Amino acid sequence: MIKIQVNGRNHELSQDLASTPLLWVLRDKLKLKGTKFGCGKGLCGACTVHFNGNPTRACQLPLSAASGGQVRTIEGLSENGDHPLQKAWIEEDVPQCGYCQPGQLMSAAALLASGAPVDDASIRAAMSGNICRCGTYGRIVRAIKRAADEGGRA
Amino acid sequence: MLVAAAADEWQVPVAEITVSQGVVRDESAGRQATFGELAEVAARQPVPAEDSLTLKSPQDFVYIGKRRLPRKDLGKTDGSALFTQDIQLPGMLIAVVAHPPLFGARAARVDDADARKVAGVVDVIQIESGVAVLANDTWSAKRGRDALKIDWDESDAFRGSSPEIMASFRELTQTPGLPARNDGDAAAALAAGGNVIEADFEFPYLAHATMEPMNCVVRVGDGECEIWNGDQSQTQDQGNVAKELGMKPEQVKIHTLFAGGSFGRRANPHSDYVMEAVRIAKSRPGTPVKLVWLREDDTRAGYYRPAYAHKIRATLDDNGMPVAWEHRIAGQSILKGTAFESGMVKDGIDATSVEGATNLPYRIPNLRVELHTVEQGPPVLWWRSVGSTHTAFSTEVFIDRLARAAGKDPVAYRLQLLEGHPRHQGVLKLAAEKAAWGSALPAGHSRGVAVHESFNTYVAHVVEVSLTDDGGFRVERVVCAVDCGIAVNPDVIEAQMEGGIGFGLSPALMSEITLEQGRVVQSNFHDYQVLRIGQMPEIEVHIVPSAEAPTGVGEPGTPVIAPALANALEAATGQAFSRLPLKLG
Repeated sequence: MIKIQVNGRNHELSQDLASTPLLWVLRDKLKLKGTKFGCGKGLCGACTVHFNGNPTRACQLPLSAASGGQVRTIEGLSENGDHPLQKAWIEEDVPQCGYCQPGQLMSAAALLASGAPVDDASIRAAMSGNICRCGTYGRIVRAIKRAADEGGRA
Repeated sequence: MLVAAAADEWQVPVAEITVSQGVVRDESAGRQATFGELAEVAARQPVPAEDSLTLKSPQDFVYIGKRRLPRKDLGKTDGSALFTQDIQLPGMLIAVVAHPPLFGARAARVDDADARKVAGVVDVIQIESGVAVLANDTWSAKRGRDALKIDWDESDAFRGSSPEIMASFRELTQTPGLPARNDGDAAAALAAGGNVIEADFEFPYLAHATMEPMNCVVRVGDGECEIWNGDQSQTQDQGNVAKELGMKPEQVKIHTLFAGGSFGRRANPHSDYVMEAVRIAKSRPGTPVKLVWLREDDTRAGYYRPAYAHKIRATLDDNGMPVAWEHRIAGQSILKGTAFESGMVKDGIDATSVEGATNLPYRIPNLRVELHTVEQGPPVLWWRSVGSTHTAFSTEVFIDRLARAAGKDPVAYRLQLLEGHPRHQGVLKLAAEKAAWGSALPAGHSRGVAVHESFNTYVAHVVEVSLTDDGGFRVERVVCAVDCGIAVNPDVIEAQMEGGIGFGLSPALMSEITLEQGRVVQSNFHDYQVLRIGQMPEIEVHIVPSAEAPTGVGEPGTPVIAPALANALEAATGQAFSRLPLKLG
């Protein structure tokens, strides 16, 4: 069995899934569908989760490589959808179609959690792997700054 | 009619009925009804004459024009919003399809032995558009698909290459096409000689590249069919599916979900991916099937914004004002062969091929627009802002060149030629004023402007660009002015202008689909590149106050950005850009 912890819950999964990317384990096996499929090649960031605290493209991580690790998905970002970033996202009216936003939020949350200074350069660096086709980038920058200003690092 | 219906129902005079917040009331008797409750009775009321109506005065608007309205949580920040990709039904199978490597090729021989050995694979079936592998989960379906061995019959396939396709389009623009607009006698005015200015423009095929690749869930039952799709065009899909299944449209039920982007892609008159899902699902009656396209399937599936070549020629009078303008366009038709053909293709002219060129607002006495419609090529489709995606570029870059040839300021030149078009003038003036047009800029920075109407909405952008040390450039700032009539929801208008600019910057800077002997070269976001966060400029949106009827804002921000950017770069470098994406040097 392959053991992983997702959003604080322990799961034991079949060895048959060893080569299956974490993305499809999360979506098809654990029914956590907030983590999105966009490209399958680690190019768009829609499937970003935190793996042992680091922002990680779930489509590029075979389950075997995630064995024993801790995964956090958008469903586990906060108890009630009230993480400072989620609140800032609504305040700044960020989402349009919304499909890329779970990945955007997970990349942004990793930036805030890292303790690095939050400025235009660090936001650009942290978020450059996340594509949004609706053009919400300007609002994403504003929302990250707002969350940081309001103590979102915690 | 709702009020009249209520007055009829309750037998009270019309004057005693009030309407507020979607509820019709008779205060005196304490009765009330919602619009929905009255709709059926209201539909039987006579339609009042238009001139007998008094619309609500703008100062009485409750929601219209207000900012920061309370909004519903749509589940778009916690992962709970449901897209087609997220639909999970009992007993559902996932289908991943091996599509032909060339448009028009078909599977001739299929060896599915290895595919069927993949754990989780349930079935392999051949359909018109390829070979589908059905499995219990997505990854197994993908592995099964990758294990197929297929010989493709490529005898009827399209084998064109982008350079040749474009060369043939360019050649067509050397010869007269079908007339789409004809004022005065442009040919005679051009033949009279004088200072003839001309330019050629090329536009590649473009993919929509929505974040959610195309997908669709279908269950075909006995005399009924259910579809789950982020559908942008339900009536067409319902009709096409009903025909395929030999059903009546009302036997096809569509559950409309959030779409992870569409930009026109999920509104295909041919219902391509929906029909593919139906053809797979009908082989397993009663079983829900989710068709999943991987990014590569999506990028290579066609239904692109068509490629086009343009040629524009003009002559100027002694004051530098245009006397004649001849604009030739060559490319594929989006609407030929669709249900829209009868309404929107007239005398051989597909309105979507020439829109934005035929309604050129500039005062030019001899103005002719011609079209060559090309029959062969990959499947094509509308793409956010449709014809204006290319016509706004060629016309607005060319008018800037005329201004330069005339030695005039691009804003002043346009304003002079836009007499009698106050809404074009209005957005142009507002954008120029807010961007401090004409004021000094830091070294290496320059500005460009463009104005264009599409979907009855008027947009002007002033772009500020800087040349970078590595020989490239950076889009620093965009000042946008928009006139969409009454601004119903200013927050949404701003968001759509920002998004439209971002969407239009991708083809301006980097996106391009190319064909090599019929094969699509690009496959995923590494080679079909799109705008990323570091390339997004600062954007400032100004809305023209207006009492005109409200018009759309989803598309009109897109087509204006590339020409404004090209104009800024031409002003800075002197380089005459003739194709997108824009490359310096």
